Amino acid sequence: MHLSSLVEMVESGFGDRVLLGSSAVPVTGAEFGRRVRSGAATISGHRAVVYVGENHPLLPIALFASAWAGVPFVPVNYRLEDHHMNALVDRQQGALVLADVATAPRVTGHSAIVLDDWLESLPVEFEAIDPPFDDDGIAIVLYTSGTTSEPKSALLRHRHLMAYLLGSVEFGGAGEDEAVLVSVPPYHVAGMANMLSNTFAGRRIVYLRSFDAQIWLETIRAEGITNAMVVPTMLARIVEDLDGRPANVPTLRSLSYGGAKVSERVLRAALKLLPDTGFVNAYGLTETASTIAVLGPDDHRAAIESDDPVVRRRLSSAGQVLPMVEIEIRGESDEILPPGETGMIYLRGEQISGEYASGSVLDEHGWFCTRDRGFIDADGYLFIEGRSDDTIIRGGENIAPAEIEEVLLAQPGVAEVCVVGLPDDEWGQRIVAAIVPSSGARLDAEQLRAAVRAELRGSKTPELVVFRDALPHTETGKLLRRVVVQELADLPS
Amino acid sequence: MAMTLKPGTRLLSAVCSTEMIAVKAPAGEVDLTIGGVTPVASAADRIDGGEVAAGHGGGASMGKRYVDEAETIELLCTKPGEGVPALGGELLQLKEAKALPASD
Repeated sequence: MHLSSLVEMVESGFGDRVLLGSSAVPVTGAEFGRRVRSGAATISGHRAVVYVGENHPLLPIALFASAWAGVPFVPVNYRLEDHHMNALVDRQQGALVLADVATAPRVTGHSAIVLDDWLESLPVEFEAIDPPFDDDGIAIVLYTSGTTSEPKSALLRHRHLMAYLLGSVEFGGAGEDEAVLVSVPPYHVAGMANMLSNTFAGRRIVYLRSFDAQIWLETIRAEGITNAMVVPTMLARIVEDLDGRPANVPTLRSLSYGGAKVSERVLRAALKLLPDTGFVNAYGLTETASTIAVLGPDDHRAAIESDDPVVRRRLSSAGQVLPMVEIEIRGESDEILPPGETGMIYLRGEQISGEYASGSVLDEHGWFCTRDRGFIDADGYLFIEGRSDDTIIRGGENIAPAEIEEVLLAQPGVAEVCVVGLPDDEWGQRIVAAIVPSSGARLDAEQLRAAVRAELRGSKTPELVVFRDALPHTETGKLLRRVVVQELADLPS
Repeated sequence: MAMTLKPGTRLLSAVCSTEMIAVKAPAGEVDLTIGGVTPVASAADRIDGGEVAAGHGGGASMGKRYVDEAETIELLCTKPGEGVPALGGELLQLKEAKALPASD
């Protein structure tokens, strides 16, 4: 199915329901449909629609208008430096470029139109165009964050996105009172996915333009928000801002988090401060058209309340794989590993794209190698150990940084950790831990090393522990390990 | 009356408020009805004073999926109404779907 069908479904099912906008300036399903059709008529003739800017309450109109016009929608990270941002915009020749007010003047290769002006100028009378039916067309192009290499253009076709929606979201499943607060930027796969899934569910979308913990809490109270999605750094800031006080957000039924690994301590604190909210952990990649595994509210509750270590451990899992996605954990020689053994995560299914502008990386049987390492427990819970590219190989032994980071994070006074491998003449790589202490905490490197040695073993003990005021992250909370490696590589060994 | 469907084809009951969209469709012509009558493509084509045929009522619910036994066809209800869909005279069955928590 094609995303343009979703526009007709919205008109049919939610004609009078408020889908977009704040409570002050509401847009119903019928109004949404009119603007999408009008927008599509103005896009016709362009080869793509680029959007470079912050979240905007009416941005879904531009996304669906692109789909209706049969051209890809390409959200670009406006926080990049000008020349990097323009290089990505320039990859889309013949595109209509839309931008927010602050970003439009920074676009050099195209004449960018301010999104508000474009929306304002949409004609009431226009020559209607018929939407395409071909669901093999490209719906969205996303640039991967490039934490380990240059950004790649990941292609998501209509069939991938519709497979995700039809497989995991109930059309009209949201009550008329439901509203979701979105804090992830539009250039992140979660930003695109929630536009689609909440439109499909009939849930009103409210945007936070840029994240601030206090404004986030205030918006939930003011708008009667029932659902919210954050990345782990945002969850950490909310917990920090609350400082032990209950969140007092009685309308919030569901809080989902994902996009990077969350600290278990932050998660436990958040669960305590938001006792009536259901927590959802979502795991997915850009190349998998968003979520492929979910740890739901019941799983969170069970993990917190259980005495069984197997169940308790699931709090740090990504939950169970969606029913329409297949998963395999494979070893060094591509053999399928049994439950409990760590290997490379492979995925297959209708929503799995695994395709870049440079070509598909699916194997001949349709499997996508995520380059994430992990394992599945006996009951099908998926545990992510991190990017395979981050694996440290010390003396021939494969060591996941996550394992060491978990031990260090559990030590009092440790706020954040990054464990990396640096070149070493004797061992191939040696283990270095960069640690951010909690405010006011005094840490001792030898004690921290001893803690790892006691919990794991000598070969996994960091050779060096260094202290930092902060660690580098992408805006969506992904730790920039290669930046940490570069910085540490300059230290004397 | 026979008609051809594609995924994305909209189907409005000619005799009640039920609206559907084809999610999955077999190749070739199908004999499809909603409320016992061949569906139409737009509200303007509805039959004035038309009624749901006996045995083809009972209500279609928003968001629910309807399939035939072999799952060659799947329709999704986008607007509820009295009439339910049938293929070759056989009523389509409600497809059970496991609810997943909202993740984004």
